[in-house]
Amino acid sequence: AYCLLTSHIEVTATSRHYVDRLFDPDPQKVLQGVIDMKNAVIGNNKQKANLIVLGAVPRLLYLLQQGSSSSELRAECAVVLGSLAMGTENNIKSLVDCHIIPALLQGRCMLTVCVTPCQDPTVIPHLMSLLSRSQRTQEYITQIFSHCCKTPEHQTVLFNHGAIQNIAPLLISPSYKVRMQALKCFSVLAYENTQVSMTLVNVLVDEELLSQVFVRMMQRDQPIDMQLTAAKCLTYMCRAGAIRTDDSCIVLKTLPCLVRMCSKERLLEERVEGAETLAYLMEPDVELQRIASVTDHLVAMLADYFKYPSSVSAITDIKRLDHDLKHAHELRQAAFKLYASLGSNDEDIRKKITETENMMDRIVSGLSESSVKVRLAAVRCLHSLSRSVQQLRTSFHDHAVWKPLMKLLQNAPDEVLVMASSTLCNLLLEFSPSKEPILESGVIELLCSLTQSDSPALRVNGIWALMNMAFQADQKVKGEIVRALGTEQLFRLLSDPDSNVLMKTLGLLRNLLSTRPHIDQVMSSHGKQIMQAVTLILEGEHSIEVKEQTLCILANIADGNTAKELIMTNDDILQKIKYYMAHSNVKLQLAATFCISNLIWNEEDGSQERQDKLRELGFVDILHKLTQASDPNLCDRAKTAMQQYLA
Amino acid sequence: DITPLSISLSPCINPKMAELGAGSLLLGDPAFNYQEAELNERLKRLYPAVNEDETPLPRSWSPKDKYSYIGLSQNNLRVHYKGHGKNHKDAASVRATHPIPAACGIYYFEVKIVSKGLDFLSSLLPLSPIPGWDKHSYGYHGDDGHSFCSSGTGQPYGPTFTTGDVIGCCVNLINNTCFYTKNGISLGVAFTDLPPNLYPTVGLQTPGEIVDANFGQQPFVFDIEDYMSEWRAKIHGMIARFPIGERLGEWQAVLQNMVSTYLVHHGYCATATAFARATETLIQEDQTSIKNRQRIQKLVLAGRVGEAIEATQQLYPGLLEHNPNLLFMLKCRQFVEMVNGTDSEVRCFSVRSPKSQDSYPGSPSLSPRHGATNPNLHSAGADSPTCSNGVTPPNKNKSHNKYPGVSSASSSSSSSPSSVNYSESNSTDSTKSQPHSGTSNQEETSDSEMEIEAEHYTNGVAENPSARIMNGTYKHQEILQAQDISLGNGVAGTDDSCASRQLCGGNQAATERMIQFGRELQGLNEQLCREYGKNVTHKKMLQDAFSLLAYSDPWNCPVGQQLDPMQRENICSALNSAILESQNLPKQPPLMLALGQATECVQLMARVRSGSCSFARVDNFLH
Repeated sequence: AYCLLTSHIEVTATSRHYVDRLFDPDPQKVLQGVIDMKNAVIGNNKQKANLIVLGAVPRLLYLLQQGSSSSELRAECAVVLGSLAMGTENNIKSLVDCHIIPALLQGRCMLTVCVTPCQDPTVIPHLMSLLSRSQRTQEYITQIFSHCCKTPEHQTVLFNHGAIQNIAPLLISPSYKVRMQALKCFSVLAYENTQVSMTLVNVLVDEELLSQVFVRMMQRDQPIDMQLTAAKCLTYMCRAGAIRTDDSCIVLKTLPCLVRMCSKERLLEERVEGAETLAYLMEPDVELQRIASVTDHLVAMLADYFKYPSSVSAITDIKRLDHDLKHAHELRQAAFKLYASLGSNDEDIRKKITETENMMDRIVSGLSESSVKVRLAAVRCLHSLSRSVQQLRTSFHDHAVWKPLMKLLQNAPDEVLVMASSTLCNLLLEFSPSKEPILESGVIELLCSLTQSDSPALRVNGIWALMNMAFQADQKVKGEIVRALGTEQLFRLLSDPDSNVLMKTLGLLRNLLSTRPHIDQVMSSHGKQIMQAVTLILEGEHSIEVKEQTLCILANIADGNTAKELIMTNDDILQKIKYYMAHSNVKLQLAATFCISNLIWNEEDGSQERQDKLRELGFVDILHKLTQASDPNLCDRAKTAMQQYLA
Repeated sequence: DITPLSISLSPCINPKMAELGAGSLLLGDPAFNYQEAELNERLKRLYPAVNEDETPLPRSWSPKDKYSYIGLSQNNLRVHYKGHGKNHKDAASVRATHPIPAACGIYYFEVKIVSKGLDFLSSLLPLSPIPGWDKHSYGYHGDDGHSFCSSGTGQPYGPTFTTGDVIGCCVNLINNTCFYTKNGISLGVAFTDLPPNLYPTVGLQTPGEIVDANFGQQPFVFDIEDYMSEWRAKIHGMIARFPIGERLGEWQAVLQNMVSTYLVHHGYCATATAFARATETLIQEDQTSIKNRQRIQKLVLAGRVGEAIEATQQLYPGLLEHNPNLLFMLKCRQFVEMVNGTDSEVRCFSVRSPKSQDSYPGSPSLSPRHGATNPNLHSAGADSPTCSNGVTPPNKNKSHNKYPGVSSASSSSSSSPSSVNYSESNSTDSTKSQPHSGTSNQEETSDSEMEIEAEHYTNGVAENPSARIMNGTYKHQEILQAQDISLGNGVAGTDDSCASRQLCGGNQAATERMIQFGRELQGLNEQLCREYGKNVTHKKMLQDAFSLLAYSDPWNCPVGQQLDPMQRENICSALNSAILESQNLPKQPPLMLALGQATECVQLMARVRSGSCSFARVDNFLH
């Protein structure tokens, strides 16, 4: 019962010889055969595949399970099976198909098999039941769990099989290895898993809360690996909402521990993990970001992450250089991630980061690194810093960060594109000195193409950037935007399933429809479609914000000279405005009233006719009622409108 | 320099003080006493290596070393500013009573900003240094978060701090750095290459500013013990990984020799032999010699000093004659033991009256503690003899752990010789060790003294109503516990023997013998004075011994300490060393020398201000 592999594998005579010897009646010869087989398969994937095809696995399993086999033979069989499992994905599948797992559980060496997640539902309960067997099984089984648990589904399966209750006592095992593997297991289980995390905070180990056990494991005299993994557990529990971010075990223990992991004294791997975990811990919490920013000179400490390979290592030690090179990318991306997290909310921290030695230059060169991971982290960092008005005005402009950013946007994976385009949105804000050069670089086409992306995030960013670009822009730019985007695409976006896209598209429309000449011009060319879209949105099931934005567009249209008529001649729209003036939501009332106010404004041509028509339609009565409104803004707006009639 | 609200460290240059502050120390305050106790306990835990007799720890602000604008209150822990704060000349500071001792290894204090006051001064004003005080001082400003060192110009360092914040300052005397903390968060290294002897200091400049110090009176906000644990681990790692290099092969031999000589020194003959056999090493001293010494030691420890002197004179003729001081010490002890009723010269009078005879039925009671609590003390005996060689400071609490098995041998030989493994070996020793027993099958005659002892012991205890002993088959463990209690009380009898405890066992003849012996002792002293001149120590010894007679109950009198069996240990070890010396053998075992040297080195490290001594304690390595 095993699956044959594809026929291109050459079945050689020698391979067959190995398998044949497994059937020798003399146990001594069988043993020698297994030993020879062991030596033959080490590091030879082809040989492994051959032996599997020839049926070595069932025979080895038979020998392994046979009570009459000597323990030496059984051990050798297990080693060969372990070796076979170290081969290709297909090999492992064949082994699993042979029901190797239950058999191997009687032995010891199933680690390599289980590196690929196993599907068999009976395996996990069986493994759980073996946890009480010995320290060795505890160590291996928890290690298997940590390796296998790759997805939320895996977490749930393990959780449902009582992993927490079964593994928690191992945290106080006398064996360091067992404690360590159990701890790793918890870090894997708790990662982004609210259910597990919520359960973990209430678990007691020897009458001590699990979080306190983790805190003890983070003590500074514990091995670094243990400190780091315990800090991860607490970080994941915190991010899953099981521990408050102002809990002292986070503020005074986990955070300082992770900062220590970033120090120069730690190994490069530890520094990478420490920085990434810390970035994750404080991402959503400004207070943690503030604390981290003053802890042990973290901001300056991170600058060191960019100094690998150091010039010293290159000359003195080839091995060291190799090691440094291997970790250089990882270090840089981890530092960028941490900077991004640190600077995501607080202006002072952003300032501190940009003032770090060569920071902007590092980001700029990071944006064009070959490693996608580094590029992504660098752009995340840039994005985080781009939330600062001051930085946009100064360092961003000084270092012309828009150039590499634009380059990055030309050809990048989606996740990089999302971050880069989001950063671009900020760079296109009207006060940003980079706005002009970006416009000149022909960004509009690029942004328009983003709005056609399958990814909602990219569509939002594309349209958002266009919206920012259109804000107080001159006629030429606006015209270019409309031309490049195309009315068809514009209206497609107005019916986008993603409400963010819709909001930003409305925002773009609103920005396009500002200042009277622009309104008239846009409406004269696209009036019909715009009025249609507006009607549709006002009729549709949309959020208050969307409707408010739409009414604001109407108000802008009502401000135009010729555009006004598009509303005045559209009774349907007028009825809708009337409806919203009497709506229960003040924001919508206000926007609708604003629209009417623009239509009846005295100083403009034809205001008398419009006033009369609207009076006929009953708007005056409504305005009169609104002068009594409890909301002062609405009340004022209604009074101002009423005055137009009185004048 | 002194700046608006700074926490700093200042050097020991004595400031010229404008005035002497009046500190208020409320000694009667119970809350204060409680706080004081907590402080003592915390300081002891944090800085175990500090010898406060040599280098006292800072415990409060110094009312002497402060500016006139500084006011102190709350046991000199609260500082408030009472100047005008109009310009930088009004800045003032106060420092702690003592500099930070290097033996702290890592030192930490915290200051809570109770009130920040009103700022009249811009912190940008260059502040002129105040002579004599702030040269080489190191601080952290509250106003701008800058650190300043030596000069007046600050460096960007950390966040600003204000009312409600707790600022801590940690001095690492191992690498001579310093970092500050804010509300329990480390802000990172502020200074490197710090000089020694810095004082905790605060500077204030603004009216209304109040800060409270915590030198250990309360738990710290920052987890300093965690930080210390890291350094302890570092230093222990450094010691553990200290390169041994090519001499690796020699180490085993050295260590074996150390163990072997230690066993031989204390006369653990069987153990030493077994050890030598297992490690294939040689013992320098011959068996008989070891056993002789062991026998003499046992006699001294049993309080039978007269017999010990006799045995010494017989086995090592001339030894005591050449050591008149030692002889005098022994005789003095013998006198004390006569008062005790343990010396054979008085015991012979009371053999037939077991009830009254002996307040020391447990003369072998010296050993039992380890028997009851720590059956494997044989191998662990290393910690107790630290005091026996005089190199390391004697530790009175531990000293009764010494000489494991020496006297329990006598008790167990009569009771359950195999019940405890060490006593087995030693009881065999003791039977073999008699000088006149060349061969081992002479047990009966050889150990006659021991048998008397054992019998007497049994009787003495059996008559004790509280003893749980049945006819010589009692449980070893229980006996040892009973003795342990009596030893712990410092009353070396069984529970109710206190009442019947009398001078020389209450025997008239014995008392007369004692008086006579006292006269002889007096004579010996005079003779020694004539020969060698006056000896203050001897005079004191004699006075102390004779003073015992001045009290109706010598066991409960100001000089009654002498009667404690533990007092036998020093003289026992002195005699043992003298014998060894006379045989051209080292008078101290190399193990103790090494231990003593290591201890001394660590103390020396503290004196030369090497902070790592705090975490390289010898006791950390003794188990």
